[in-house]
Amino acid sequence: MATKVYMEALSPTMEEGRLATWLKNEGDQVKEGDVLAEVETDKATMELVARGSGVLRKRMIAEGDTANVGTVIAVIAGADEDVSALTGGAEAAASQDKGGESASSAEQKAQAAAGSDVGQGAAAVAAAGPTEQDQAERGTPGEATPAGAAPTPTPDRGTTAPATGDRSIAPTGDDADASGSNGRVKASPLARKIANEAGMQLGGVQGSGPGGRIVKRDVEAAISGGGAQAQAPAAQAQAPAQPAADAQAEAQAPRAAAAPAAGGYHDQPLSQMRKTIAKRLTQSIGPVPHFFLTIEVDMGEAAKLRARINERFKDQGVKVSPNDLIIKAVAAALRKHPWVNAAWTGDAIRFHDGVHIGVAVAVDEGLITPVIKDADRKGVGEIAGEVRELAGRAREKKLKPDEYTGSTFSISNLGMFGIEEFTAVINPPEAAILAVGAITPKVVVDEAGDMAVRQRMRMTLSCDHRVIDGATGAQFLQTLKSYLEEPMLMVA
Amino acid sequence: MAVITYREALNEALAEEMERDPDVFLMGEEVGVYNGAYKVSKGLLERFGEMRVVDTPITELGFAGLGVGAAMTGIRPVIEFMTWNFAILAFDQIFNSAAKMRSMSSGQFKMPLTFRGPTGAALQLAAQHSQALESQVAHYPGVKVVVPGTPADAKGLLKAAIRDDDPVCVFEGEMLYNLKGEVPEDDDFIIPLGVADLKREGSDVSIITHGKMIHTALQAAAKLEKDGIQADVLDLRSLRPLDTDAILATVAKTNRVVLLEEGWPHGGITATVAALIQEEAFDMLDAPILRVTQADVPMPYAKALEKAVKPSVEMVIEKVNRVLYR
Repeated sequence: MATKVYMEALSPTMEEGRLATWLKNEGDQVKEGDVLAEVETDKATMELVARGSGVLRKRMIAEGDTANVGTVIAVIAGADEDVSALTGGAEAAASQDKGGESASSAEQKAQAAAGSDVGQGAAAVAAAGPTEQDQAERGTPGEATPAGAAPTPTPDRGTTAPATGDRSIAPTGDDADASGSNGRVKASPLARKIANEAGMQLGGVQGSGPGGRIVKRDVEAAISGGGAQAQAPAAQAQAPAQPAADAQAEAQAPRAAAAPAAGGYHDQPLSQMRKTIAKRLTQSIGPVPHFFLTIEVDMGEAAKLRARINERFKDQGVKVSPNDLIIKAVAAALRKHPWVNAAWTGDAIRFHDGVHIGVAVAVDEGLITPVIKDADRKGVGEIAGEVRELAGRAREKKLKPDEYTGSTFSISNLGMFGIEEFTAVINPPEAAILAVGAITPKVVVDEAGDMAVRQRMRMTLSCDHRVIDGATGAQFLQTLKSYLEEPMLMVA
Repeated sequence: MAVITYREALNEALAEEMERDPDVFLMGEEVGVYNGAYKVSKGLLERFGEMRVVDTPITELGFAGLGVGAAMTGIRPVIEFMTWNFAILAFDQIFNSAAKMRSMSSGQFKMPLTFRGPTGAALQLAAQHSQALESQVAHYPGVKVVVPGTPADAKGLLKAAIRDDDPVCVFEGEMLYNLKGEVPEDDDFIIPLGVADLKREGSDVSIITHGKMIHTALQAAAKLEKDGIQADVLDLRSLRPLDTDAILATVAKTNRVVLLEEGWPHGGITATVAALIQEEAFDMLDAPILRVTQADVPMPYAKALEKAVKPSVEMVIEKVNRVLYR
């Protein structure tokens, strides 16, 4: 039986992927679990594995090509099996990619809906008994058809490729109806509701239910991954009159603006990461009502503590940076200020039980925020080791999705660039981010009223005003300041 | 609390209510001298005399009608059917008289009447004597229907039924009469009609059922727990009125529903509950609602066939796995 190879959502926020390298050639024998290709997602380069066994009969996109999640990019089948119906349909879809946007997205949805997991569809058919189970199944149309019907020469409505492949080049009139009925994304009512509340499109989510149905766990995984949430505030903040399409148009705006009119220039195609940064941060600064609080901290005591720790644990290779101490202090302060360790969900404030700190790391093409999980329960040496290890792998694009998702608060430190003070853009759905500046010697008036030179550092907290009010943010900064100026307080 | 059988719990309920209210009397086949076909009325003739514990001929339509007439005069008859299978003969009195009297007389007549008897299949009693008819009876507006699954529920619901001013049909589990359980000893222990009971707390899936089937559901839930699945088991207890709030609460909690009843699927109470859920809680569902019911055939006599036709623990587990997409 033929297995369609889909561009899969290899990161929680991935909506399209660039095929970096094919690792199998047409005609190669493959078995389930074999790595077929390397795919560049918005976050990292990931492996795409075979979901079925047989011969890799057809590769439908070339290395360097980009395909939306849910698009069929290859077919695995028996050596002699007739796969013309599958490859023909997909080729038509590929050609549409260059033509009409609406036609191709309808096609992708159709294919996603046709059953992303062939094996599971077959199992559902096999499991259905002859009695009242059939009646129960009848309520979910299409569930049984994709797996069984796909390879046969006369496919029914369940197999979308031939039905729309040759007709939807110019989708008008009843053609549009046909692709509409097939192009439905299958999702449970609850999954639709959760996605809707999060302002999220279901098209890019990979369904794990029967016949590829998107269910609650799929949407929650996508949301906790962060990508979907990036879209969430956009939808929540829309005035009722503003249609959802606006949000999409907004997200695509950077792409449209990429070609200036005249003069010397060169266009560099957007990397997946660049696109994601543009989309997420554009969506954030708009709908999230930011405000900013700046505080100056004396880092003298922190520097002394850092020196003592590094001296005492030198044998163990511990090397704590000022930023590691700041992570520790922030984590401890968040424990005391749950409102800052929270998120806006649209109809509730979500307080996180854990304190997971995202640490912005600059990489070649942009930035990524590896997460120090449960930072409040880790020693500063442990934090230092983890930050160094994650940042290293982040620069090599080798982070796993669970290593850069799930943060409850973020820190961005530009001190090493000499930046004294700046404001950071909130990483949704978190409610706040701390922008940390450089530690610089400054003349201050000390407790005795004399002028003294002290190591000073400025920090700016960006707050989502829907969650955090001025006083709440200020109190958090007070605690944080006290922890850094008198680190003993963290354990007192 | 005393540990007594389901049969003793019903007997206590009858005795306490007859003691409490001299207008309560019991009538039916073999309820007196023989102490009841299932011994539910044991000792009542001796205690309350033949004016209040009345043996009847084998005439279901007749003595059900006597009950309706007695209730119209304001007293509180308890009509025992030897089984609900035999009550089919009395359906004209139950549905056309008892169920409609209050509304057709513009409330001039109350109908403080209780019909009770066993429901459901025992073992190899064949098609005519193995029916679970509570869903059919619950179809009619004007009656109330309760289906106790434990000794405590049996006592509390029968006492509530006797005190109620509408006709209440009590469906007892034929296979439950020997079931033991803790029962409060309070003379005024009643369970309000129309209130469901969460027999087991879970978060992954809701099994909604009633009567004897709560035990099938609980056994399935215990096995599922070994697989790490926590099931909510909601005992409806009353099929009419339905505890809509309790149903919607469990659906909101788990998002996945398996409905279980002993009777047939066609027009069964599970169909009503499924319709209710999709009408009121569509957005709470993460999977289609699945049902476990008796196969849609008259009950076979052959032992192996009877087993295959009845709802089983395995069927419940299979449907639970399917709504969990496992």
